[in-house]
Amino acid sequence: MNTQTTPSLYEQLGGEPAVNAAVDIFYRKVLQDERINHFFDTTDMEKQAAKQKAFLTMAFGGPNHYTGLDMRKGHAHLVSRGLNDSHVDAVIELLGATLKELGVADALIAQVAAIAESARNDVLNR
Amino acid sequence: MVKICLDDHCFELSPHLSLLEGLEAEGMEWPNQCRSGKCQTCLVRVLDGDVPDEARRGLKPSLAMQGLAMACVCYPEGDLKIAATYAAVMKTGVEVIGLERLTPEILEVRLRPDQVMSYRAGQFIHLVRPGDGLKRSYSIASVPSTDAADLHLHVRRIPGGAMSAWLFDEVATGDRLEVEGPFGDCFYVPGDVNQPLLMVATGTGLAPLWGVLRDALQQGHQGPIHLYHGSRSPDGLYLVDALWQLAVAHPQLHYYPCLSSADNSLEGCHAGRASDLALEHHATLKGWRIYLCGQPDMVTLLRRKTFIAGAAMQDIHMDAFTS
Repeated sequence: MNTQTTPSLYEQLGGEPAVNAAVDIFYRKVLQDERINHFFDTTDMEKQAAKQKAFLTMAFGGPNHYTGLDMRKGHAHLVSRGLNDSHVDAVIELLGATLKELGVADALIAQVAAIAESARNDVLNR
Repeated sequence: MVKICLDDHCFELSPHLSLLEGLEAEGMEWPNQCRSGKCQTCLVRVLDGDVPDEARRGLKPSLAMQGLAMACVCYPEGDLKIAATYAAVMKTGVEVIGLERLTPEILEVRLRPDQVMSYRAGQFIHLVRPGDGLKRSYSIASVPSTDAADLHLHVRRIPGGAMSAWLFDEVATGDRLEVEGPFGDCFYVPGDVNQPLLMVATGTGLAPLWGVLRDALQQGHQGPIHLYHGSRSPDGLYLVDALWQLAVAHPQLHYYPCLSSADNSLEGCHAGRASDLALEHHATLKGWRIYLCGQPDMVTLLRRKTFIAGAAMQDIHMDAFTS
């Protein structure tokens, strides 16, 4: 039996280079998706891309210091504009499609989706 | 312990604290979010001293080249002098050494600074009128290696514009003004001389690109450069002959002057908007570096469209002119 500790999800996905590869692909999908692109103000795309990098790092199981409170504060203005479960579903779907495009195995995609899912109630402020 | 100076406030940074934690320990509220070197909310401008590479990992090269760094993952090993990212690097008096009407509605203003301002072609400055302190932003059209320390600005006469009316009608050679800057990350990034470049400007959005373009060529850029310059009327198109000449001397440069108003035509000009023509010519932009300058709606729309067409976020530079 191999007694080595299994690599973390973040390591299995390829760490920071994998996040860098995913962020533009993911954000391109978000901007083209009619279900959710109206929540994204395109006057500040660069800041949004950086925030999405932070989000992907979290969803990949990487180092982050996000708290539930940050998630609540960061999305409160969107909830007041109608952000609901269907939009969170769309984001998780696009995240999965991004990873699929990068050739990530389904089992790992499911783990990423589960981490993103765990933020749902904080994001929706309930 | 290392010493940190933010403007005039200096303090000792306790070991094992990040720069962000140090600023907070001093009672300052510094913007931040992820606290792990990703979201780039906590950027500081490093004016003096070295920061570890970690503090710039993942940063757009044009931001790192301006001395910006992420405070949350910055554990400096030596003293640092820092400033807020929006703070002007320097202020200097300038003398007006030349005024030239490039077209009836565009004036080139040439300024000689009292103190040399180190800038990159394509950045912008704040021009300040002495007396009442009226302040406006203008892009720098000059190139340091060609124009020495002088700053060239392209000023469009804006109906009802206080600064442009003053510059057009009252300012004379020998007058003195003030300049603050430089600002912005719309400049040539060396490193890949073969990368294709797409440049789109409307009106005096050509000013920064006239600088970036010549800077790129001087730095030996070999890859194709496609420059689209749009205006409603022929009076908004300028440097046309100079650009044609540059395109003859540098076959990698492709120049497309565009007139969007159907009432106008000019030999060699394309009919329609510069942004539409650029997108029509370039459906996929993977691997391209993009420069967008001028009218804010054009800049915002084209940033989105060029990104969707495949350009990486880090490779899109822009300068939106608000008037």
